[in-house]
Amino acid sequence: MIKVKNISKYFGMHKVLKNVSTTFQDGKVNLIIGRSGSGKTVLMKSLIGLWTPEEGKIEYSGHDIGEMSTVERQKLRAEMGMVFQGSALFDSMTIEENVRFPLDMLTTQNKDEKAERVDFCLARVDLPRAHRLYPAELSGGMKKRAAIARAIACQPRYLFCDEPNSGLDPKTSLLIDQLLAEITREFGITTIINTHDLNSVITIGEHITFIYQGEIAWEGNKDEVLFSENELLNDFIYAQPLTRKIRDKH
Amino acid sequence: MLLRLLETIGEYFVFLAKVFSRPEKWRIFFSKLLFELDAMGVGSLLIIAIVSITMGSVITIQTALQIESSWVPAWTVGFTVRTSVVMELCPTIISLLLVGNLGSRITAEIGSMRVTEQIDALEVMGINPASYLVLPKIIASLIVNPVLIIISIFFALFGGYITVIIVGCVSSYDFIDGLTSFFRMYDVYYALTKTFVFAFVISSIASFYGYRIEGGALELGKASTKGIVVASFLILMLNLIITQIML
Repeated sequence: MIKVKNISKYFGMHKVLKNVSTTFQDGKVNLIIGRSGSGKTVLMKSLIGLWTPEEGKIEYSGHDIGEMSTVERQKLRAEMGMVFQGSALFDSMTIEENVRFPLDMLTTQNKDEKAERVDFCLARVDLPRAHRLYPAELSGGMKKRAAIARAIACQPRYLFCDEPNSGLDPKTSLLIDQLLAEITREFGITTIINTHDLNSVITIGEHITFIYQGEIAWEGNKDEVLFSENELLNDFIYAQPLTRKIRDKH
Repeated sequence: MLLRLLETIGEYFVFLAKVFSRPEKWRIFFSKLLFELDAMGVGSLLIIAIVSITMGSVITIQTALQIESSWVPAWTVGFTVRTSVVMELCPTIISLLLVGNLGSRITAEIGSMRVTEQIDALEVMGINPASYLVLPKIIASLIVNPVLIIISIFFALFGGYITVIIVGCVSSYDFIDGLTSFFRMYDVYYALTKTFVFAFVISSIASFYGYRIEGGALELGKASTKGIVVASFLILMLNLIITQIML
């Protein structure tokens, strides 16, 4: 379980996160939603330790990440997988090498074990024949799937995804959502997804945190999100004409 | 302004401390080092050959013109060309050339990895990106640059020799006599010491500016230019200091 306790993050004089407190539940798909610039990415980068909040603390199973030694932090990071917005696959490596990379760097597995794991991960994300391809040769959706394969290679406890649907068509976007939900259930991972994709919100959001201007404005799940009384959340959810029409019809 | 400069210097040394930490996997470090040696060495050979040959030719013609006198022995041309090429032209001019060639390549490579979050990806995996990406480049540069400079010296002297044969400003016998006269090994040590220091400056400054990029493609271009300017300035200043100390 990841507990965020009263964290605040400043950029210069600007307070981007304001006393944020929440809990990300184990074995579930946790979504962080909000408008662009609301602080979602800052919260996620603070969670994974890329940025350090000036106030408050973040606890992984009761251990404050801010008080961890370098070795402890490295151990924790070995339990994390991350899918970046732009996939962040290494350009100079093939997809096979990309997926094998964390295994090479962080495990003591032999060549055959690594090859087996790479094959498994690529098959799991439905890229069984992409081994020899380079990231530049893949479509946006395939890159995302390859990034997911790399993120799960070391069997992480925590999977972080920053806008996994950005730049994808609705159908591919849905496939990525389903894949993330399946992986979460299958491997018992705690998944945290940063998104403003409404399809993701209503299909896979087992725990949803809505951020507005750096503050948590609402928390709930996919069954509650469409019927909330929270005006800020409704402004966000029903911002699109299509969703407004559906709401008005019902 | 001064505060900003001090801050940048501080950031540079913090960056170096991160770079010079023990690699996570030695096998992977050596494979990256081999890759860099090949990319830096072979990739720079052609341009270095062209610049060195023309530089040697020009300095030979100029020297022959300047000391055209019956009071000065003919072998002085070869002697002066050798001394200029070994002590100053090749270590400094070729290093400045390598700032543009190797330095901009390093900044662009590391900078684009930063912009596309590949460095963040390494960090999330618990890998020290500074050490993983930059250390092989610095070590490769420290190995390759002195070799390139020695090759460059040979090319420059060869260029001078060819010019002497074609133009005929002095006889080839006198030119070779000059090249081999009063040879001091200390001149080569001095040249290699400078090259070694310049190699470190080129690779570390270029990596530093690539590593600290914030933003997109525009910043990448700016960082590349800044890296070249700063490394060139440092090379010229260090050239002065090393010369004062060693000669």
